[in-house]
Formats: sequence, structure tokens, C-alpha cells
Amino acid sequence: MLHTFRKGGVHPPESKLTASGKIIPVELPREVVITFAQHIGAPAKCELKKGDHVNRGDLIAAAGGFVSANVHASISGTVTKVDKYKTAFGLPVDTVTITATDEDHQHDMEAIASIKPLRSDEEIAALDSKALVSIIDAAGIVGLGGATFPTKVKLSPPPGSKAEVLIINAVECEPYLTNDHALMLEHSDEIIAGVQLLMKAAGVDRAIIGIEANKGNAIDLLTSKASSDSRIEVMGLKVKYPQGGEKQLIDATIGKEVPSGALPIATGAIVQNVATAYAVYEAVKFGKPLIDRVVTVTGASVAKPGNYLAAIGMNIKELIDVAGGVPADTGKIILGGPMMGKSVVQIDAPTVKGTSGILMLPEKDSVRRKVEPCIRCASCVSACPMGLEPYLISTLSRLGRWEEVEEAKVMNCIECGCCSFICPSTRPILDFIRLGKTTVGGIIRARQQK
Amino acid sequence: MSPMLTVSASPHVHTGRTVSTCMWHVIIALLPALACSIYFFGVGALIVTVTALLGCMATEYVVNRWMFGNPDATLANGSAILTGLLLAFNLPSNLPVWIVLIGCVVAIGIGKMAFGGLGCNIWNPALVGRVFLLISFPVQMTSWPVPLENAWNYTDATTGATTLGMLKLGEIQATDVNLANQAIGYMGGSLGEVAAIALLIGFIYLLCVKVITWHIPVAVLGTVALFTLCLGDNVAVELLSGGLILGACFMATDYVTSPMSHRGMIVFGVLIGVITIVIRKWGAYPEGVSFAILLANSVVPLIDRYIKPRRFGERSKK
Repeated sequence: MLHTFRKGGVHPPESKLTASGKIIPVELPREVVITFAQHIGAPAKCELKKGDHVNRGDLIAAAGGFVSANVHASISGTVTKVDKYKTAFGLPVDTVTITATDEDHQHDMEAIASIKPLRSDEEIAALDSKALVSIIDAAGIVGLGGATFPTKVKLSPPPGSKAEVLIINAVECEPYLTNDHALMLEHSDEIIAGVQLLMKAAGVDRAIIGIEANKGNAIDLLTSKASSDSRIEVMGLKVKYPQGGEKQLIDATIGKEVPSGALPIATGAIVQNVATAYAVYEAVKFGKPLIDRVVTVTGASVAKPGNYLAAIGMNIKELIDVAGGVPADTGKIILGGPMMGKSVVQIDAPTVKGTSGILMLPEKDSVRRKVEPCIRCASCVSACPMGLEPYLISTLSRLGRWEEVEEAKVMNCIECGCCSFICPSTRPILDFIRLGKTTVGGIIRARQQK
Repeated sequence: MSPMLTVSASPHVHTGRTVSTCMWHVIIALLPALACSIYFFGVGALIVTVTALLGCMATEYVVNRWMFGNPDATLANGSAILTGLLLAFNLPSNLPVWIVLIGCVVAIGIGKMAFGGLGCNIWNPALVGRVFLLISFPVQMTSWPVPLENAWNYTDATTGATTLGMLKLGEIQATDVNLANQAIGYMGGSLGEVAAIALLIGFIYLLCVKVITWHIPVAVLGTVALFTLCLGDNVAVELLSGGLILGACFMATDYVTSPMSHRGMIVFGVLIGVITIVIRKWGAYPEGVSFAILLANSVVPLIDRYIKPRRFGERSKK
């Protein structure tokens, strides 16, 4: 029987329109806009001025703290603007704009065509854990599943905790998204090598690659590639959302629950995304920092949905145009998947390290249905993977009864959206839970500062 | 020009299931039992059912439209239809129309709308209606038409006693009961409660379409079986008699009036099972499922307050 997490969960329609699609490299754009807070943690610090020239892969902003990540130039060119730029979500952030001349473009194209390994296999074998972590740190690698937590932080467990197993998140439980699936099919050798590097970096001698059963060909392929390394196990998982949630994946693969309020490392597990493993391999082997990634551009009406390998910082609208443009019936554009992705205000904005997908929903699927009274059907309680009572937290938040909201364990909520997804009355359950979480989070911080 | 975009918080997809889908699934699940009732009790079952449906729908509409002042009042979510059907299932098939209508007004008007409408009531509306009638019209509510003899008789139907009634009075022994007849519904009783197999088919349907979970019915039936076993009585007769299966699978599982957590549902089910047997064994009434469910409904807020789902990451120590 296939493993899965034990508590709650839902099974939304998979809608993996691009599951059989190969990775399509997108031509390097002539202009990219690079932001400095593409990860969880402190923004990176940029010292570039207008008129500076940078090369593709150059460090342009250094990590702004321990929980932070370096940012690199994704094309060669000249800095034409250092200013505030509106993100897809409408908030102005610090950016630099890099514009390439024909010469710069030509230079980059040649560099890509003639890429050579930076390190031989022997040199790589000689690297120790510390050296690997510093390469990963320098390359600005962050978790590519969407949360963009700096990878090197996860590989440096706090004192007193010890990593025992590396869990590779290749679940891709969000509907529509297939970028990880495509990566596994085309770069299986590199991924296995990346997993081995991550194991060494984390100091563990066991790895589990968790893949949902709807990607049977990826399970078979990686199982055969991993057969030479007995430390790596490829585990097929029953299709269930939110299996890609860190806590749910740990439960599904090694049957341990992360204690409430603790870090995942408390179970001895370090979870990394499969695309992160690939980025680690590229960084170690080729010295290539994180400057591009696979983005699934999809939607029922999209002309050429696919898995596009695009430079980070490329304009979202340009990337959509490569896939055939925004369909006329589009009512909502989402960065990420439909369960946890965020809907955008505008698309004249750059992609970032965490942009796993661009989903265009038709008008008719964009608006919520009318809210009806709660009929206490208990679907939200059954569906909650954290064992919470969404109906209760939501109502208490609406009433502003924050003490009770806190008692109801609102801070354990992972915002997976199962409750709102399943509610037959289409109540805005998660919306009010988020309000409660933000407010209670503020109250807790204020209390701690006293 | 870029299109006008909707901006909203995740999740951006929905199951598509609505309140009315849930209600209609339950109504569909009740149809096999309804067919059996009409087969066994004839035209009376049909008249009582149609009256109850119309009465409940009318009461809901009138209250919603004119007392709540809701100009968009509709019956589209199917909840009034379901209450009407369940009320009819709990009535004898020879009950006069005017008594059925009183039951409808009490069920919907007092049992549901007085609390604020759908989702707000504490007690199962259909059972509020039934128990009101049982106390107000004890004679009419306990004269049970004999099955298969009254195809075209309505209020003039020939009547007899229920299995539980006969057992209570010592007219028969548990060993005299024909279990096969009990299972198919060839026995006296309220029109919808007799056909055990048809009701169980409906229950399995509800499990398959995931409208209800197994917890409440299994807890109720399991408790009744275990308790009966401990008392040394005939388990099969207790399970197949009276309104137990209808109550466990369709009345106790009413969303609004049952607990929210699986653990709470088990406690709720056990409570119903125990009260049912206590009433059947030691009470004045031969049957106690309706009272048991209403009493258990009353403690649901307490159950929800004190019995929480197991939180992820708060596993009790090994």
C-alpha cells in the first residue's frame, strides 16, 4: 500500500495539463528586473549603481543576514535602473534593472552553449560538508517548492539537534504544476547526484525521495537511477493534498509528527525540494548560481501551456507571451498552484526564485460562489491536516475573540486551504483564520517582548 | 491592455460540492427505504410523505419570506425537503393529514426556524416534530398499520403492534421474531423505519459519496449491540427493531445537530446507544431512539467544547 500522511487532506482535481511536456528553454530576455527579497528572511544587500556592467552569474546582492540568500545576475548587461518597482502583488520593492546589448546577449548565448564543469568528479568527491554548504550558500540557493527558505539554513541544524534523514520533496501535490515532474524526467542523473551532495552536506546517510503516484514514470526512472546507491529510497506516495507540506511529507515518509511549535529537524529530518537538489548539483558541478528555474505556465485556455526554463527576473508578461499570451477569457492569474498560490494584481512584474508556476484561470472559475450558512457538516475538521477546527477558529476570528483563537491553536495552521476548498457553504474559512493568525502572532510577539 | 483580474486569497479552487448537493445525496439515499414503505404500507405512506414534504416546504418558505423578511427565500438547498422526508419516515402511514401538518409546522417552525434557520438549530427538526406529535397525539402516533394489508386503505387501515411493543408487553419472545421479515421491513412501525436493508443500502451510498462518515452510525449500532449482549438479550432483534437503523444512519448523522470531531461523534453515538437501550429496557415507551437522539443533541455543544480532534504534533507520549 502506498504511504501517505495520516491526518486530513483532500484530493482536488489534478489538472496536470503539462505532465507530458518537456522542459522548453526560453530565450534569454534582453531585460531583467532583479528583486532582493526573493526568499524568506532578510533582503539581500545590493551595492550596484546605474551604469555598472555585470555578467550573467555575477553576485549582485549579498545575503543580508544568516537567514537570507545571495542574489545573482541572470543575464549580462548594464544596470539601467536602480529603483522601486511594483511586484505582481502590487507592492513597490527595491530592484535593479539589467539591460543587455546585442553583444551581451551573444556573449551569454555562447556561454550557455559551451558550459563546462567547474569541478571534476574527483574534486567534488573531495569536498566536505562545510565546503558544500558554503558553495550552496554562495550560489544563493533557496527552497524551490515555493516557500523559498534559504537552503543553507536548513543544512545547518541548530545546536542540539541532529539530522538523520534527508527527505526530498518531489510530491508536487498542487494541481496544475508539473515543473518538478518535468525536471525529474529530464534530469534524473543530476537530481540523484544533487541528492547525494545534499546528503553529504547534511551529514546523513539516508535519503527518501517522496513522489506522488500520479507521476509513475518519474518514480520508475528515479528508482532505477537510484538503484546503485542503497542509501537512497524512492517512495511512491498516495495522491493527497497537502502532501508537499513539510510536516505532512515527514509524516508520510518516516511516520513521525513534527511536535507542535518545533522545527522539522526535531524528527531528525531535513526536507529539500527536488528542484533544489538539481540546483545544488548545478552549483557544485558547474559553479552556476540560482539564476534560472522551470516555471509551469498553464491554464485551461492557454495556447501553449508548458514547463518553461526561464531566467529569474524575466518579466511575467513576456514569459506568458512565450506560452501564447494571456487568453481572452482570463479572470485570474496565479503565481504558484491553485491551492496555495497568490493571485496577482498585474503581470508587468519580474519572476522570482519562488515562481513555480503561472496559472491563468478563466473568468468563470475566478470568482467564489455565494456564501451560505455553516451547516456544521464537519468537512473542514475532517479535512484539516493539522487536526484543527477551522470552522471554530474562523468564527472566533470574525468575532475578534483573540484569546480563544490562540487557544484553538491558530498558530499551527499551515494555510493549506483544505478547509475553504471543501466547505459546501463556500465560507471564507481560511481568510478569517489568516486574520486570526496574523493578529494572534502579533499578540504573541508583543507578549514575548515584555 | 491587460484584462481585469480578480484578486483573492487562496485557495482558488473548490470541490464544487454545495449544501444542496449534500442534502440531495441524503434524499437519494432515503429513496430505497421510501420505495419499501410504499410497497408495505400502500397509499397511506404516499399521502403522509407528500403531505409532510409540502407542509415542511411551505412552513420554511413562509417563515423565511415573511417572518425573516428574506425576499430571496428559496427552497433550493433541499433542507426543507429532507426534513419533510425524515419527518414522514417517523410517522405511521395512517396518520391523518392535519396531524402531519401540525408536525411540519412544529418541525420546521419551532425545531429549526425559531433558532435562526439552517445551521442554527440544536435539535434535529424532524425528531422535534415527531416527539411533539407522539406526546400530543399518543393514540394516533402508536397505531401501526399492518404491512401488506393496506395497499388502498389510509386512515381506515387495519392496525397492529410493533415488534418492540409486543416484546415490551410480553406478547411474544425474542425467539419468536422472524429476523428475515425484520430485515426486509415486513413489520409494523413508522413508515420509513421498517426496511432495514433498504436503509443500510442508503447508508452505504452516503458513505460512498462521502456525505457522512462511519463514526456515528457505527458507534450507535455497536453500543446497542454490545449493551444488549451484556444484558443477555437478542442482539439481532434489538438492531433490526424500531427506528434504530433509521436513527443511527440518517437522524443522528444530521450535520447541524451532531458533533464536529470524529472523537466527539463516537461519544455522541455511544450516548445515543446507551439511552436507547435504557429507554427500551426500563422506560415506559417501547422505543427510545428519538428521545435518545434529542437528548444527545442537547449535549453536542458540550461535546464540541471538551472533545477536540487530535492535533497534529501533539501525540500522547509513547
